[in-house]
Amino acid sequence: MSEHPHDHGHPHAAIEQTEPQGHYQYLADAVRELLIEKGVFTADEMRRAIEAMDARTPAQGARVVARAWVDPAYKARLLADGTAAVEELGIDMGPTKLVVVENTPNVHNVIVCTLCSCYPRMLLGLPPAWYKSRNYRSRTVIEPRAVLTEFGTRLPDDVDVRVHDSTADMRYLVLPMRPEGTGHMSEDELATLVTRDTMIGVAQVPSPS
Amino acid sequence: MISSIIADMVENKDRAHHDMGGLPAGPVDRGEHEAAFWEKRVDAIMMLLSDKQRRLLRVDELRRGIESLGPDAYDKLGYYERWIASITGILVEKGVLTQKEIDARIVQLRSRREAKP
Repeated sequence: MSEHPHDHGHPHAAIEQTEPQGHYQYLADAVRELLIEKGVFTADEMRRAIEAMDARTPAQGARVVARAWVDPAYKARLLADGTAAVEELGIDMGPTKLVVVENTPNVHNVIVCTLCSCYPRMLLGLPPAWYKSRNYRSRTVIEPRAVLTEFGTRLPDDVDVRVHDSTADMRYLVLPMRPEGTGHMSEDELATLVTRDTMIGVAQVPSPS
Repeated sequence: MISSIIADMVENKDRAHHDMGGLPAGPVDRGEHEAAFWEKRVDAIMMLLSDKQRRLLRVDELRRGIESLGPDAYDKLGYYERWIASITGILVEKGVLTQKEIDARIVQLRSRREAKP
């Protein structure tokens, strides 16, 4: 990856501290600096936006799922109006609408965004690289069972697989099935069982036993 | 008239490059990698420009910019490279920034970085 020949007669340690930076990183730096200088946003707002991004993790979504598992009335509200129900837990969907789809013994749901990378990031954080990949985007809508198998999820033939294609304005979240043997667990304990992939629908929540 | 326009649309099998749902493709690479700091910054630029306070850029516009990059660039660029290319294009379109000042700043940044001991 060296950008210049190695026979330039000075030691290398100093250079290796500077990682090679591509054109688009320079472009990103230039745009950010100019926007700050023009007062479009401040460096502090930038810092806080990144902090907020780092604070959004699948733990948010897991909290919603665990609440739905222990509180049938909440679950009903969540399935009827996802946006309003997560707001009850202090999660703001911003300009997007949330639709929560429930897995049952007969129906398994999985989410995708064929056109780009729309994702319930307020509940799950930034999408994983594979969610944004051509292979996931192309195949999930046409051969979901094959894709799920690659994630180690094998479903009986009599289970319906429903694929939900997200849009810029509407995001889906899968409400996974509560596993067997969790009757004694508290809401907080239940939340620790719920992973990102189970809320995308590429995995199921395993029984803790 | 309208029905013939709709018929043409349905007939038209050509689809845009980003519209890849249902096309044959390979196995999903499930490797995880956390976003690099510069990628988070690009994401944050978008979040700030599109927030209630600013509304300078909408998600639809970001997508329109990405989708008009052309198939080669779409495939060659990384995810956040496509984002910053689109964001920049739209900011220039709207006159928030000029191409000239962006180019000049990139030259400055490169020389600043190369001058580092």
